[in-house]
Amino acid sequence: MHDFTPWSALAGGALIGLSASVLLLALGKVAGISGLIGGLLLPTRGDVTWRAAFITGLVVAGAAVWALSPASFGSSPRGVGFAVAAGLLVGAGTRLGNGCTSGHGVCGLSRLSVRSLAATLTFIGAGMGTVTLLRLLGAG
Amino acid sequence: MKRKSKQLLVSLVAGLMFGVGLAVSGMTQPGKVVGFLDPLGRWDASLMFVMAGAIAVHFVAYRLVARRGAPLLMPQFSLPTRRDLDIKLLAGAALFGIGWGVGGFCPGPALVSLATGAPTVLAFVVAMLVGTLVTARLDALLTQRANARRRTLVRGNAESPL
Repeated sequence: MHDFTPWSALAGGALIGLSASVLLLALGKVAGISGLIGGLLLPTRGDVTWRAAFITGLVVAGAAVWALSPASFGSSPRGVGFAVAAGLLVGAGTRLGNGCTSGHGVCGLSRLSVRSLAATLTFIGAGMGTVTLLRLLGAG
Repeated sequence: MKRKSKQLLVSLVAGLMFGVGLAVSGMTQPGKVVGFLDPLGRWDASLMFVMAGAIAVHFVAYRLVARRGAPLLMPQFSLPTRRDLDIKLLAGAALFGIGWGVGGFCPGPALVSLATGAPTVLAFVVAMLVGTLVTARLDALLTQRANARRRTLVRGNAESPL
């Protein structure tokens, strides 16, 4: 199990909030990762390159952190089969529900959006239910 | 520097900041995510602080930025305007939550973790892209069919003798 790390969580969170604010101020866009990906998979003319640049930044940041501090990463708690199921659910769910942790949980809540509040409560609730159930079934 | 290049540079820098933020915050450790989603087990409340930190900054910034008529490098803001709650939103959020609990990854941290080359991360990301594409196609198809049915109904009513 992991330890409680409120300070690094707060600092990392502030950086995420700052990034979303920079994107809003400069481009007027929401920093929602699932939406960014969706716009790359189903591109609209003139609305592609900034998304590709942001996603490139995400991946390159990951490579830099991986080189400097590999302990910042952990593997998925379950096997590849579970990872495939999880990925399909996350892809489908974020497309259907118009957003993920960043778009709804950070940007939407900051704008006091009712839709984002409902979505955030729903995905945290569903996630907690799922983890609890898997633990009780011995797959946790 | 041209406006387009500035847009790309700012996007890239924002993406870098976002990625470092996710890694620093602990979101790239699925074990911590699962710990957060397990309040009845050995709960790790850390991720609540990620959200608190992000919202604290963005809540204030949004209010300051919203006073402007337009963003710096684009003609207008592109912000969601819908306020209604519908079944698609809630069902989608529920599916996403289940997947988040199973895999311990949401979209951003999964992309940031690609550099690790871990098979579970690669599998998750490929499946996520497939899930997004298939759902988008299905959604478009169903919407098209519903619209076609509506048109037929309307025409049927117009031609009815009553």
